[in-house]
Amino acid sequence: PPHWSPGTTIMAVEFDGGVVMGADSRTTTGAYIANRVTDKLTPIHERIFCCRSGSAADTQAIADSVTYQLGFHSIELDEPPQVQTAANLFKEMCYRYREELMAGIIVAGWDKRRGGQVYTVPVGGMMTRQPVSVGGSGSTYIYGYVDSNYRTGMSREECLQFTAKALSLAMERDGSSGGVVRLAVISEQGVDRQVILGNQLPRFSAA
Amino acid sequence: VDMALSNVLELPASGFNFENSARNAVLEDVLGDGKTKTPKPMKTGTTIAGVVYKDGVVLGADTRATSSEVVADKMCAKIHYIAPNIYCCGAGTAADTEKTTDLLSSNLTIFSMNSSRNPRVIMAVSILQDMLFRYHGQIGAFLILGGVDFTGSHLYSVGPYGSVNEVPYLAMGSGDHAAMGILEDGFKPRLELDEAKTLVCSAIHAGIMSDLGSGSNVDLCVITRQGVDYIRPYQESEFKDQRQGRYKYKPGTTPILRENVEPVEVEVMQETVQKMDTA
Repeated sequence: PPHWSPGTTIMAVEFDGGVVMGADSRTTTGAYIANRVTDKLTPIHERIFCCRSGSAADTQAIADSVTYQLGFHSIELDEPPQVQTAANLFKEMCYRYREELMAGIIVAGWDKRRGGQVYTVPVGGMMTRQPVSVGGSGSTYIYGYVDSNYRTGMSREECLQFTAKALSLAMERDGSSGGVVRLAVISEQGVDRQVILGNQLPRFSAA
Repeated sequence: VDMALSNVLELPASGFNFENSARNAVLEDVLGDGKTKTPKPMKTGTTIAGVVYKDGVVLGADTRATSSEVVADKMCAKIHYIAPNIYCCGAGTAADTEKTTDLLSSNLTIFSMNSSRNPRVIMAVSILQDMLFRYHGQIGAFLILGGVDFTGSHLYSVGPYGSVNEVPYLAMGSGDHAAMGILEDGFKPRLELDEAKTLVCSAIHAGIMSDLGSGSNVDLCVITRQGVDYIRPYQESEFKDQRQGRYKYKPGTTPILRENVEPVEVEVMQETVQKMDTA
C-alpha cells in the first residue's frame, strides 16, 4: 500500500476570467503528520495548476510527467497549451495505470479559448469539467456547504471567500486535513498565490 | 556522436514499470500459501535530522546500527557523501540507503565531469525520486538530503515510494517523533551556526534517549558555500565504557622457531617493444 495516506481537502472554482484553487497542507503517514506545510497546488504550466490528493509519490510522479509532456507540446505548438489538454494528459495516465496508482487530481487554469476551467480526474481515471470541484478525504464533509452556497457568476473575491470557508470547514471536521490553507488565483494576468495561516482561518460557531 | 550524458544506470523503457512488485506478490502466493514471505530486510533504528540555518544546512545522525536487539555497530556513519556540496542522511534498510546514496554519488560525479559543473541539490533529489518511484517502494530508503548550491541552501526528505518534501527542518527514522518535538520547539528561521548545531544535537540526543533503535554518539555535518565541516563525533555518548582487556598483541608475542629464505627464479621468456605514436 502506498506510503502516504490520502488525507487531504482540495477544491477549485471557476469564475468569469479565471479560477480559484485551494488546498490544505497536511500529509500523514498513519497517525503522524509527516509534513504540516505541504504545497498541494502544483504548477503544470504558466497558467495551469493541479491540486493533488492521494499518494504523494504517485501524484508527484504523474505531475512531473505531465509537466514534461505539456511543456514539449506547448513548444511544438508555439502557443500556451489549453487546460483541456493538460486534463486529458492527466486522464490518460491515471486511466492507463489505474490499477497501480492512487491519485485524485483537480486540474484548473486559464487559457484564451475557454477562459477559466476546472476539470476533475478522480481515482479511476474519469475526466469531466465542473464549475466547482472538491476532492480528497475532507471533501465529503463539505458537499452540502458547496452545493448550497455555490452560485454562478460569483466574483473573484467571492470565490476566494467561498473556497477559504469550505476548506476551513473540511479541515475542522476531517482529521486527515489541516495546517494552513493555500490558495491560488489563475487568470489572464497570471498566478496570484496566498497562504491563510491557522489562526487567521474563518471561524464558525459550534464552540 | 552521442550527445546524451553517460549514466551508470541503464535508462529503462519510458513509462512506469511495476513488473517486480506484481512478481513479488505472485511469488508470495505461489511459495507455500502465505507461509513463505519475501525476506524482510534488516532495518537500522535511527534518528536523523536536518536544519536550514542562516549560512547553510546542518545535518545530524546517531551512530547505532542494530541487528534485532543486538547493537551491530556502535559507530556507524549515517551521513553519506553525495557531492562536495551535498550530503545525505539515511534511515530504513541499511543496505538500501548505502547503495542508493553510492549510486547517486557516482552518477553526480559523472555528471560533474561531463559538464564541468557542480551538481545542484535539486538534481540529486530528482534522480533519487525517479529511481525510488520506479522501484515502487521495494527499496526501503528514507533519506534526508541537504546541501548548498548557487540557488541557496536546501533540505529535502525523500521517502521510499518517491515522495519529496522541501522543508526548513526535518527528522526521520525510528526516533523521529522525539527529535521532531525538539525541532518544533526550538526552530526559528535564520539561526546562527552554534544555535543550529545545538538544536540538531539536542534533537538527535532526544532520539537517542527515547528510542531503543538509536544510540551511541551524535554525528554532525555542516554544509555552507565555503565548504563542509564533517564532525564525527560531535557529542560522545555519556555511557561509554572503558575496555577491560587489550585486544592488540605486541610484536614478538608469537615466537619464531625457524626462518628459511628461498629466492624465486624468474626467467625472461619473451620481450616485445611497441612504439608509441608521437606527432
